[in-house]
Amino acid sequence: MAQAQKQSHYPNQTAHEAIEQRTLSVIVDNEPGVLARVIGLFSGRGYNIDSLTVTETEHEKHISRITIVTIGTPMVIEQIKHQLERLVPVHRVEDLTLNGEPLERELALIKVQGKGEKRIESLRLAEIYHAKVIDASVEHFVFEMTGRAREIEQFLTMMGELGLVEVARTGIAAMARGKADV
Amino acid sequence: MAQKMTGAEMVLKALADQGVEHVFGYPGGAVLPIYDELFQQDKVEHILVRQEGGAVHAAEGYARSTGKVGVVLVTSGPGATNAVTGLTDALMDSIPVVCITGQVPTHLIGNDAFQECDTVGITRPCTKHNWLIKDVNDVARIMHEAFYVARSGRPGPVVVDIPKDIQFATGNYVGPANIQHKTYRPKMKPEQTAVREAVEMLAAAKKPIFYTGGGVINSGPKASKLLRELARLTGFPVTSTLMGLGAFPASERQWLGMLGMHGTYEANMAMHDCDVMFCVGARFDDRITGRLDAFSPNSKKIHIDIDPSSINKNVHVDLPIIGDVAYVLEDMLRVWKSKAPQVDKPALKAWWKEIDGWRARKSLKYKQSGDVIMPQYAVERLYELTKDRDPYITTEVGQHQMWAAQYFHFEEPNRWMTSGGLGTMGYGLPAAIGAQKAHPNSLVIDIAGDASILMNIQECSTALQYRLPVKVFILNNQYMGMVRQWQQLLHGNRLSHSYTEALPDFVKLAEAYGWKGMICHKAGELDDAILEMIDTPEPVIFDCRVAALANCFPMIPSGKAHNDMILGDEVEGEDIGGVIGEGGKVLV
Repeated sequence: MAQAQKQSHYPNQTAHEAIEQRTLSVIVDNEPGVLARVIGLFSGRGYNIDSLTVTETEHEKHISRITIVTIGTPMVIEQIKHQLERLVPVHRVEDLTLNGEPLERELALIKVQGKGEKRIESLRLAEIYHAKVIDASVEHFVFEMTGRAREIEQFLTMMGELGLVEVARTGIAAMARGKADV
Repeated sequence: MAQKMTGAEMVLKALADQGVEHVFGYPGGAVLPIYDELFQQDKVEHILVRQEGGAVHAAEGYARSTGKVGVVLVTSGPGATNAVTGLTDALMDSIPVVCITGQVPTHLIGNDAFQECDTVGITRPCTKHNWLIKDVNDVARIMHEAFYVARSGRPGPVVVDIPKDIQFATGNYVGPANIQHKTYRPKMKPEQTAVREAVEMLAAAKKPIFYTGGGVINSGPKASKLLRELARLTGFPVTSTLMGLGAFPASERQWLGMLGMHGTYEANMAMHDCDVMFCVGARFDDRITGRLDAFSPNSKKIHIDIDPSSINKNVHVDLPIIGDVAYVLEDMLRVWKSKAPQVDKPALKAWWKEIDGWRARKSLKYKQSGDVIMPQYAVERLYELTKDRDPYITTEVGQHQMWAAQYFHFEEPNRWMTSGGLGTMGYGLPAAIGAQKAHPNSLVIDIAGDASILMNIQECSTALQYRLPVKVFILNNQYMGMVRQWQQLLHGNRLSHSYTEALPDFVKLAEAYGWKGMICHKAGELDDAILEMIDTPEPVIFDCRVAALANCFPMIPSGKAHNDMILGDEVEGEDIGGVIGEGGKVLV
């Protein structure tokens, strides 16, 4: 590796900063290809996407809101914001993490198979985590759970021991606290 | 108010309304309706290239030499994919280009139809923006938006993909005055607090430097004028990137030459040792900075850029100023004049003394002796013999490009067209054709290499057809010189596939295309031959046979800082690999 770097005329990486997680709200014109532009930017420039959700939020103006959870050094995060703002159909980019922890929620559908004791235990835990049963048979439950990603992870870990067979998650929807809008 | 017409008519009407006079293109099935309209009008002249890649480079040369938007018209599928390299090139160098591509009819999109490709998908990452038109009533709006996006803010290429059925369909045309873009509003004018702070920082500097780039050229001739004024007012030294050559006159005493990997010793040393760096429309590219953690370690940095994403991308700057170079410089000049700050004259005198010491090192020195033409000598003679004719110079990519940047000197902006960011071999000939079309009575020279020129040699045919008397000056060393140089420096001189075994006879090749062909082997005959080339009214290929193994110096080697350059006279003869092996492995 060291040898390989010495034979390259590209500068070595010199900055080693701490990596942070940020939640960005990207307000875009809902036109064909806009999501591909955003995703292509992330893959093309080597940025990370931990979570991504998108839906049209203002129908009459054809405006969509993309919520992206990403990680990177502060310099990379700055770049991500500016690169997103460069995309022509992007109205603006808000870093929701800037003023404290934003409100973040995710919805998960969780299918658990099992009989007897394990089945009862899974139902009991579901109540504690406010997960709703939306489908059931004598051998399975499908839970619907809304919460922070962390809580869903915790619930999934426990269900792992009780017959978890399938998970579908929406990714994070997020909003800053307080009365101001983006 | 709205006029009824077909999509194809709208394309031509929009071009005319946007003031377009020249379009570079190549016809094909999916653009035939537009070509049919071209045939029936005389406002827009079409230049038929020989490959679509050539069309984009020609449009780039046209745009860069005029400040106008370059326009390209190509067909679907291979027409669009051939354009991709040129589009990427224009994106990297911020050249405004509108590329119109034909597409298969709407109902066939996604069917793997003949000559279908996902043009907007393929060109998404290599354009500033692109559009696929699905409704004929959108044609006029999107055409006008395309020109607006291409030329506004940081300029760049855009693609408008128009299916054939849309070209035939009839709809409403609207003029450019009625179009306002929904989201795209680049910030042109700077924050005044930042402007004032910049003036204070410059005024307090003891070792200042102006580091200017292609942004000055893109901002327009006014930006170059203002840069000169501010430089003269302050008396500070000026260096420039490859893309910015010509913004500041090379004949001025304040000019230090180009900086970066193959920049002059004085420019790079001054960058390294300065205390205030004033970056004007440049982007701290890796060929400029060298080793990042040793890049100008003791300076405060001011950075003017129209693109916020250029700020703090590679190098942390102390004072970013977002805005168009001309607006920012205008404001700075006004503040400077009204405050009339006292600069630290003794410090500046000492700084210039230091710079003159570096200058005295004569980093561009080379030895020309005997018959064999040194490539540096060839460019130097070409410069001396053409400088009074205000020539337009394009280049291909490689050693010859760096020699041209080092030994050809520019007094005015828009005279220098080169592929900087992408480094596209084959750029120079089509770019020269574009520049010659824009300046029919000027001397346009493509300084080329023997390998690069073959990448778009077919465009010779275009030049002949339109009677464009471009001159192609090939520094022929029979190698891919820059590749060979790196192999020598970094890979034990194992010259893996960098020798061109079977080069064509360039004189016969020229004649085959209806050009004049010339060859020169001897230094003593060079001047007369160059003069003959210039005086030839037809296009000329000039095969200038140069020393085969010459290297391009000075050079900042891999992973090194600006103050750690290799100078040509430190490495005697051509045995650099050996010299460096013992020199503490400076290079490898």
